[in-house]
Amino acid sequence: MGNILKKLPEQAVRIIILFVMLAVVIFVVRQFILPPSLKDTVLQKATATEREAAKDVQYAGAQICAGCHEKQHDVKAGGYHRDLACESCHGAAQKHVDNPAEVKPSSPQKRDYCGYCHNYNSSRPTGFPQINPVTHNPRKACIACHNPHNPTPPSTPGSCAACHAQIERAKAASYHTTITCTVCHTTPEKHKTSPRTVIPGKPDKREFCGKCHDKESRNSKGLPTVDMDTHGEKYVCWQCHYPHTLGGI
Amino acid sequence: MDRRDFLKNLSLVISSGALAGGLSSSAWAMIINKDYDTSKHLYGMGVNIDKCIGCGRCMQACKTENNVPNVPFYYRTWVERYVIKTDKNVSVNTINMGIDEPSDVFVEKDVLRSFFVPKLCNQCDHPPCVQVCPVGATFKTEDGVILVDTKRCIGCRYCIQACPYGARYLHPQTRVADKCNFCYHRLVKGLLPACVEVCPTQARLFGDMKSFASPLGRFVRMNKVHVLKPSLNTDPKVYYANLDGEVN
Repeated sequence: MGNILKKLPEQAVRIIILFVMLAVVIFVVRQFILPPSLKDTVLQKATATEREAAKDVQYAGAQICAGCHEKQHDVKAGGYHRDLACESCHGAAQKHVDNPAEVKPSSPQKRDYCGYCHNYNSSRPTGFPQINPVTHNPRKACIACHNPHNPTPPSTPGSCAACHAQIERAKAASYHTTITCTVCHTTPEKHKTSPRTVIPGKPDKREFCGKCHDKESRNSKGLPTVDMDTHGEKYVCWQCHYPHTLGGI
Repeated sequence: MDRRDFLKNLSLVISSGALAGGLSSSAWAMIINKDYDTSKHLYGMGVNIDKCIGCGRCMQACKTENNVPNVPFYYRTWVERYVIKTDKNVSVNTINMGIDEPSDVFVEKDVLRSFFVPKLCNQCDHPPCVQVCPVGATFKTEDGVILVDTKRCIGCRYCIQACPYGARYLHPQTRVADKCNFCYHRLVKGLLPACVEVCPTQARLFGDMKSFASPLGRFVRMNKVHVLKPSLNTDPKVYYANLDGEVN
């Protein structure tokens, strides 16, 4: 060994020493300083997955509330909000579950909150209960009339516009403004209390519109008329003409 | 020390190093959760467009559950409002979930169709984001969820660019990529993702594709389902029912 070193020029020896030191440093860093998860992909994924899995839960889940709040749960289970989780309105409640005495979940009292779901929005699916917050008892809290755990209307609505404000306003600007809703729609009394299970009827015969819009009709003076025998034979009129809007087409 | 001894010692050092490395990689088995077997699950989500009322509760719940900054712009999940006018013009906006103002009353003229589309990370089976990560910080778990290793991520945003669904964002506090992971910390505890938990109309469904009776299994049997951007062959695990052709 000594012989080899003596034969080598001094600068080469220095470089060799430098490289050996570098190799030792790399070895020490890799073996003892770097965490194992940085060297092994499987281990890295496992630690990252474990770290993700260990995060705190904020929402306690739908099952747990009924354990203590049995009464509210039973009321809710029988009403229209039966599929709504408690935490949809009351907010994340895991902290309340962990410490029921000190942490209380929120309880939205203002009109704004119900509006997230029930304000009128033309993108919402047909039949979803919506109101116009400007015309529907403005300045009154929703919970003053509706029990949020069982939200049926407290009294039967006086006019169709209470729920169908959008149609009412469109109709007010159309040629049909003087015709009341019940002239065309049959409205069973139960529709007022169970609006989605008992739905009002629409004219199911062409002759209904023909009473005014057939050219033979006695009432048709000054109205747009068609020959009912040749015009759109197999369709009911409202399948093409929307009777609530201006112009009606 | 002659050359033979030197080589002998060298080989010893190398083999002991390899042994140490081997030991450390086998030790990770202890770390994995005992009650939860990743190989027994494959998660997916179902979204029924016809049921979504655009209330934004999912967006709010997601922010609360996953510590996402409570301002618009940063979303792990969001809901888009599509308005298709009679002249076929389409406008798409992310809905206001009520952070700065309550939900508005929307009345537009000349609307042909209008609906809401909830969006989130599609947890692709062939994820482009995983392919492009230069440090291997994002990866697919055995149960089908794409996770981000927040300690490994260097915040280069390449994955944010690569995601065809725009599902990723750079978390302003941690400065690493963040995205929906189906609330992985809830799944391992047997809970539903927070957005599914609070959805008032069950527009979002969640389930295990390895289970026939899971809500998702039923959802994909009972509906005509579609995924977003199928032409990219990303093979998403978020299934949409009643999706409009304008949505991409």
